[in-house]
Amino acid sequence: MNHAVFEKNSLILLIGALIVVSIGGIVEIAPLFMLQSTIEKVEGMRPYSPLELAGRDIYVREGCYNCHSQMIRSLRDEIERYGHYSLAAESMYDHPFQWGSKRNGPDLARVGGKYSDAWHVEHMRDPRAVVPASIMPGYPFLEKTPLNYDNIGARMKTLQEIGVPYTDEMVTNAKADLAAQISPDTDSAKALVQRYPKAQVRRFDGQVGDNVQPTELDAVVAYLQMLGTLVDFTKFDASGQNLR
Amino acid sequence: MTETTGRMGNIPVLASALLFTTIGLILAIAGTDGGMRLHGLIFGLASAAALFVIASRPAERSEKPSGYFDGPIRVATIACVFWGIVGFLVGDVLAWQLAFPALNLDLPWTNFGRLRPVHTSAVIFAFGGNALIATSLYVVQRTCRARLPGRWAPWFVVWGYQLFIVIAASGYVLGITQGKEYAEPEWYADLWLTIVWVVYLLVFLGTLRKREEPHIYVANWFYLAFIVTIAMLHIVNNLSLPVSWLGSESYPLFPGVQGAMTQWWYGHNAVGFLLTAGFLGIMYYFIPKRAERPIYSYRLSIVHFWSLIFLYIWAGPHHLHYTALPEWAQTLGMTFSIMLWMPSWGGMINGLMTLSGAWDRLRTDAVIRLLVVSVAFYGMSTFEGPLMSIKAVNSLSHYTDWTIGHVHSGALGWVGMISFGAVYCMVPWLWKREGLYSMRLVEWHFWLAMIGIVLYISSMWVAGITQGLMWRAYDHLGFLKYSFIETVEALHWPYVIRATGGVLFLLGGLIMAYNVWRTIRGDQPVDVKDQPKVAAAPELRPGVVAAPAE
Repeated sequence: MNHAVFEKNSLILLIGALIVVSIGGIVEIAPLFMLQSTIEKVEGMRPYSPLELAGRDIYVREGCYNCHSQMIRSLRDEIERYGHYSLAAESMYDHPFQWGSKRNGPDLARVGGKYSDAWHVEHMRDPRAVVPASIMPGYPFLEKTPLNYDNIGARMKTLQEIGVPYTDEMVTNAKADLAAQISPDTDSAKALVQRYPKAQVRRFDGQVGDNVQPTELDAVVAYLQMLGTLVDFTKFDASGQNLR
Repeated sequence: MTETTGRMGNIPVLASALLFTTIGLILAIAGTDGGMRLHGLIFGLASAAALFVIASRPAERSEKPSGYFDGPIRVATIACVFWGIVGFLVGDVLAWQLAFPALNLDLPWTNFGRLRPVHTSAVIFAFGGNALIATSLYVVQRTCRARLPGRWAPWFVVWGYQLFIVIAASGYVLGITQGKEYAEPEWYADLWLTIVWVVYLLVFLGTLRKREEPHIYVANWFYLAFIVTIAMLHIVNNLSLPVSWLGSESYPLFPGVQGAMTQWWYGHNAVGFLLTAGFLGIMYYFIPKRAERPIYSYRLSIVHFWSLIFLYIWAGPHHLHYTALPEWAQTLGMTFSIMLWMPSWGGMINGLMTLSGAWDRLRTDAVIRLLVVSVAFYGMSTFEGPLMSIKAVNSLSHYTDWTIGHVHSGALGWVGMISFGAVYCMVPWLWKREGLYSMRLVEWHFWLAMIGIVLYISSMWVAGITQGLMWRAYDHLGFLKYSFIETVEALHWPYVIRATGGVLFLLGGLIMAYNVWRTIRGDQPVDVKDQPKVAAAPELRPGVVAAPAE
């Protein structure tokens, strides 16, 4: 074909270029929505509890993904350092995904339960108090900032609309559930765990006293402590339909 | 396209400015969070200022716009230099923060996590984007011998784009982000950019359609592909649902693995089309123009263009090797990334060989040296990229500073150097000067930037490979040899060297800003006799026609 066709007609050049640049994306992205094997079949995944979601939103807000990945690659040293390689199923409710691209700090995909709440509280306040060589910024303002969760129900509703399986009951009870997660041994906490199995209920930021309000640190630590803890790997079969 | 005349012609423009002012004021008052109210105020004030300017300047019925439309290009050129300094400065602050974490100050607004998007957006979209807007609108007029269409549209593109940058960057500092790399701006900033970008496409396309030249010049193919592909990437990757139409928060449409694939399809092609195709447009105009030699091979240009834009779009999955992305997608990404080596080097050869018969100019003209060295860096980065996309290599390099070094050999070496070259070419041409204020200062800029880049990329190779090897090192009992923090401690000195390289690069940028400012101000060049004739504005060169065909 004579290339002058493109050189002499700006619209043909435009359309030609658009067709050529569309192909790769269509071939690579569209099947991910259609192939059943893309997301493994696992047991234990659930949407984030309201407090965990609030913590995740702060994690995104502070740009933690700039230094921490949440994606353990299927390489021997990574599995030994961080735990089972990450499954696609583990981030299927993540809007946005936070796999990251650079590890100025360690991977956090399975950080849940590795350290105590007290360690996290101290580490957020002053990272070098617990890890002297750390290059992480301190986040002392998190424990001083009351968590703003007025619109937590609206946030969950939005996620519900784009496909996260929150039930209407979860959305309706969002604010109560959020407060319940820092109120151990209450009926509302029982209701929370009913709705969000494996949800951990305690005062994550270590505050004592009655009637304490959740802080941003509560939310962040609650989120960090649940990361990677949901999937039941005793029941995960990497062969069969999950073989990729 | 017809030129609008009289007061009537302004009405649609005035109406849009009024609409934007109203939207801004509504958001400023009714916004559900402080960030949204601030951005509503900024947006409303900017629109009101535009409204005032447009209303106070009705077009005269007799006024026939003639000559090239260069006002918006001058603004974009200055913006490019300005945002470049901002981007380099913030980048260097981040580099020092990694070496000395106390510099984070532990405040929300100064911590690494919020500042890093300011750096990446400032250099990619503000510095790079303005370089592309300025050069593309300059080149398309000259190579088509046609004036940009519209009276306000080109102004809207340039100022609308600056408004997007201000809203995006101030949002990051306030914690307003989508949390997707290089696509951090929230939904309303994305919508605004979409409008600006569509107008940009229409202005560019409108100029092509008005052209007096039968053929569309090769630089314009690259610019056109860049503009239209960025539109596609931007829209698809930023699909999201706001929590409230009056609030700044939103959630992206695609989750987990689909989100990751879409993001890196976007992310890698922001590199492929904004930082590569667009800047190849610069290469294809400014190198032949400055060297006063034709493009080496016309046939190679055609092969280069179509193969580059076809192959690039597939390369995204190489950012996701060994992750939960299905393996077939990883393999596709790797395969196409390796193939991409060929068109990349084809383009490099086409750019370098254009110097045939003019190689001596490398010694005498520091501007052409900037342009040519940038193409050499392009060749180096596009060799390193396919190498790093190979899964076995990537298993070592991924998540380490090797990636950061690679990006910067492209960003500082290729994008930075070619933009500097283009700015040094364009400033005397746009402001009708006999030459740059000082060629000696260009020499200083060149060498400071060169040494800065070498310090930067070599320290990052050392840092990345060191850390990658330490992560996977085992002791003789079969245990992992190093804790994570030991691998961080090992990076302190490379980080100091990198930050020092950044200082040199920033210093070069400041010298450029000074030189550009003196040139624009109209100061007598101090060494005009050392500058080639082509450094002067076309109007000041004998026998050159510098106006479009009537």
